[in-house]
Amino acid sequence: MLRYLIEKEFKQIKRNVFIPRLIFIMPLFAMIIFPYAANFDVKNIDLSIIDHDKSSYSQALIQKVQSSGYFRISNVSGTYDEAMKSIEADESDVILEIPLHFERDLIKKQKADLMVSANAVNGNKGGLGSAYLANIIADYNNEVRVKLMHNVNMVSIPAMELVPLYRYNPTLKYEVFMVPALLVMILAMITGFLPALNIVGEKQSGTIEQMNVTPVKKWTFILSKLIPYWVIGYVVVSIAMGIALFYWNLKPSGSLLTIYLFASLFIVAFSGFGLVISNYATTVQQAILMMFFFMLTFIFLSGLYTPVENMPGWAQLISNISPLKYIMQVFRLVYLKGSSFNELHKQFFALISFAIVFYTWAILSYRKTG
Amino acid sequence: MKVIEAHDLTKRFGNFTAVDAITFEVVKGEIFGFLGANGAGKTTAMRMLCGLSKPTSGIGKVAGFDIQKDPEKIKKNIGYMSQKFALYEDLKVWENLRLFGGIYGVPAKEINQRIDSLLQTLGFTTEKNTMVKSLPLGWKQKLAFSAAIFHEPKIVFLDEPTGGVDPAARRQFWELIYDAADRGITVFVTTHYMDEAEYCDRVSIMVDGRIDALDSPTNLKEKYKVQSMDEVFFQLARGAKAKE
Repeated sequence: MLRYLIEKEFKQIKRNVFIPRLIFIMPLFAMIIFPYAANFDVKNIDLSIIDHDKSSYSQALIQKVQSSGYFRISNVSGTYDEAMKSIEADESDVILEIPLHFERDLIKKQKADLMVSANAVNGNKGGLGSAYLANIIADYNNEVRVKLMHNVNMVSIPAMELVPLYRYNPTLKYEVFMVPALLVMILAMITGFLPALNIVGEKQSGTIEQMNVTPVKKWTFILSKLIPYWVIGYVVVSIAMGIALFYWNLKPSGSLLTIYLFASLFIVAFSGFGLVISNYATTVQQAILMMFFFMLTFIFLSGLYTPVENMPGWAQLISNISPLKYIMQVFRLVYLKGSSFNELHKQFFALISFAIVFYTWAILSYRKTG
Repeated sequence: MKVIEAHDLTKRFGNFTAVDAITFEVVKGEIFGFLGANGAGKTTAMRMLCGLSKPTSGIGKVAGFDIQKDPEKIKKNIGYMSQKFALYEDLKVWENLRLFGGIYGVPAKEINQRIDSLLQTLGFTTEKNTMVKSLPLGWKQKLAFSAAIFHEPKIVFLDEPTGGVDPAARRQFWELIYDAADRGITVFVTTHYMDEAEYCDRVSIMVDGRIDALDSPTNLKEKYKVQSMDEVFFQLARGAKAKE
């Protein structure tokens, strides 16, 4: 019985004008475009400079800021008010004001003030922008001190420098961190949305009635809906991993077997969840809206963009019901750290529980008799 | 031998009583016409007998099984054709037949043979590989009926099987029904075409959720002293209006 049902699902998927293309184009598109968009390095900060001093020291500082690569000098203003106007006009993000007698004070009094003010409408850009700027100024400060010390032949003051060693992502490249997680996201989109649209689609076309009047077992029917998405999920994971390898030059440090094992569990869990939604919805629109809501919730609670540890306690608690959280941890750990199955027990039990719960729930919520 | 029994079978949706304590029996091999105006409760009653809808109260037995307790056992023994075409439009003619044959447990070897002989009988061999969505309505209905009796059930339920097609197509469809009845399949058919009622062995006429008349067409015409089933129906329907 199952064989005939699975055969039917595959024929329908193959003949759908949309699904076969989606399976290939979506991972391709997402894996190449999304990592550029999900880039947390803040670059191209527009800087407005007010240089009252116009000395060689102030010029050197500006030079240094410019050469850092993070800033674009948007304008050089005469007064603070002018600079503020450029912020209001959204032309600048950060203002650096160098006061009159900056050079003289620095040499004579060994002390000078600078003012940095940042537009915090985009808090991330403003915050990071002023932090970068503070760093560059501190750096410049060191240079100046060294130079002055040489000049006056003072005893050098020892300085400490911290050299961090970043394990598992030595160059702190964001794509190393984001690509495995985006891979999971695209897998979730496809293996969640397609089943969510499936059963409710049969309800709308009326074919479910012809099915419900047959002696087909509920578990058989649900399994026949699940297996095709399993296969599709494998295809999506494989394509996405291929792009990660050939385009981003990333390959998992751990074993492929671990990846596919966990992907299998996740697909059963998430497709099962999609089928649950499909069972409760009466129209395709309802199913899409419901799935959209849960997808957003699961993604935000998964730690894709922000670490789960940064969330308040109650949000961390809710994040435990996001299957995405566990599979994302697995993909990041296996890709970056090369974790093996033995280190992933927690994720394994979580995902296998989700798989059992959602598959069972999908069977129970499928009603043959209204 | 009784193959369908209903005793005070009732279905309520909130305050609305769609089927109001109907009682009747259908014997093996009969063509039983289940008549009534639109909204009289025919489809609801049929869906209860097929195990698609739970009755609010009353007893129903189909093929010897209780509709409350054993709906899945009933489903093994019946075929069903819904009012709305419910085969898969994106599957080919033979693929639909194969699917339902397989679900009902027709042996794999036999499925292909049955498909070929069925299509030959229907004169439909050339359309074996046609996608169902491109068939005309009359042919869709014949195909849906063939799929419903593909597994040789004891009883077949047909819900307004000939809605929306011309008299010639309806005539052809009824020939298929007679063929099935000749093979011993009990036919339970709803319709609101009174000429079709004349083809049935016995008919029941449903008005506002109740069965107001039940007999052979000949007896009913005698009882109401009229010439056609059309007039029988009009008299009963007028009764319904008078009460409102």
